[in-house]
Amino acid sequence: MTTVYRKSAGLQDRELHYCPGCSHGIVHKLVAECMEELGLVDTAILVCPVGCSVFAGNYFACDCIEAIHGRAPAVATAVKRTHPDQLVVTYQGDGDLASIGTAEIVHAAMRGEKFTTVFINNAIYGMTGGQMAPTTLLGQRATTAPMGRQKELHGSPIRMAELLSTMDGLAYAERVCVADIPHLNKAKKAIKKAFELQLAGAGFTFVEVLSACPTNWAMTPVEANKWLLENMAAYYPLGVIKEAQA
Amino acid sequence: MTVFLHFNRDRCKGCELCVSVCPKHILALDMASTNVKGYHPAGVTDPASCIACASCAKICPDSVISIEKE
Repeated sequence: MTTVYRKSAGLQDRELHYCPGCSHGIVHKLVAECMEELGLVDTAILVCPVGCSVFAGNYFACDCIEAIHGRAPAVATAVKRTHPDQLVVTYQGDGDLASIGTAEIVHAAMRGEKFTTVFINNAIYGMTGGQMAPTTLLGQRATTAPMGRQKELHGSPIRMAELLSTMDGLAYAERVCVADIPHLNKAKKAIKKAFELQLAGAGFTFVEVLSACPTNWAMTPVEANKWLLENMAAYYPLGVIKEAQA
Repeated sequence: MTVFLHFNRDRCKGCELCVSVCPKHILALDMASTNVKGYHPAGVTDPASCIACASCAKICPDSVISIEKE
C-alpha cells in the first residue's frame, strides 16, 4: 500500500473555521506542504494577520506569531533579522496587507527584508461581512458598494504585486490562483520558489494568490472559482511579475 | 491497481470543489445523509474507476480526502 495523498505534516489535525469552499484552506495546505518538503516545519516561523485567517496559528504545525492588524511585515522584519537562518513567512489578506497595512508592506519591500509574504487577494473583506476592499473589482458589489464599485467614486483596484515590484528590494513576485488543479500546481511551485529564494538570501519575496470568497461573493464555491478565473484573472494578470537577476 | 479513497466525512463542508475537478466524474455529495456539521458530505460513487490523480484531495480546503493505492 502506498500513500498517494495525505494531509501535510505542516498542518495540525484540527478543523478549519473557514466557510465551505474558501481558498484559505487550500493555500494553508500549499504553504504547509512546501514547508514540509523543504524540511522546515520545525524551524519555520509564520506571522499571522488579522482577518479571516487570524486563527492560522491554530492550524499550522510550525511556530506562529500573531501580529496586530496590517503589521505582520514589521513583526516579520524583527523575527527574520533575529533569526536570519530560519524561514519567516507572513500570511496576509487584502484588508490586512492592501488597506490598513499598506505602509508596512511597502517599506518592508523597499528595505528588501528577506522574508516571504503570501498575500491572499479575494477582492473583499471577508471576516467583517463583505465590505469593499481596495482590491474589489470595478462593478463588483459589496455591502458598502451595493451598486458595485465605481471608478469615479472609489478609484480602480490596487495591484499589489506590480506596486511592490517597483521596489529594488523585492527579489521575486508572482501572482497565482488555486481555482483549478493546473493553477493550484503552479501556485505551489511559486510558494516553494519564494521560500527557496528567501533561504538563498535573495531579498523580499511575494506571492499573491487570487482567492475565492464564496460566502461574501454570494456564489457557490464552484461558481466562485469560475468567476475568479473569468474576472479577477482578467484584471490581475497571473504569472511572474518580477524576478530579479542574482 | 486498487485505489482507496478515504473521506473524513465529519470534516466535509459539502463545497463540491472535489466533485468539480474529478476527471472521471465519480464523486458526488451524499444527498441521503448529513454529517455532524449538517452538510451532505462528499463521497465516491464508483471507486473502481478512480485513477488516483489526487485532484480531489489537492483542492479540498478541509483536508477531508486521503488516498492510498496498491
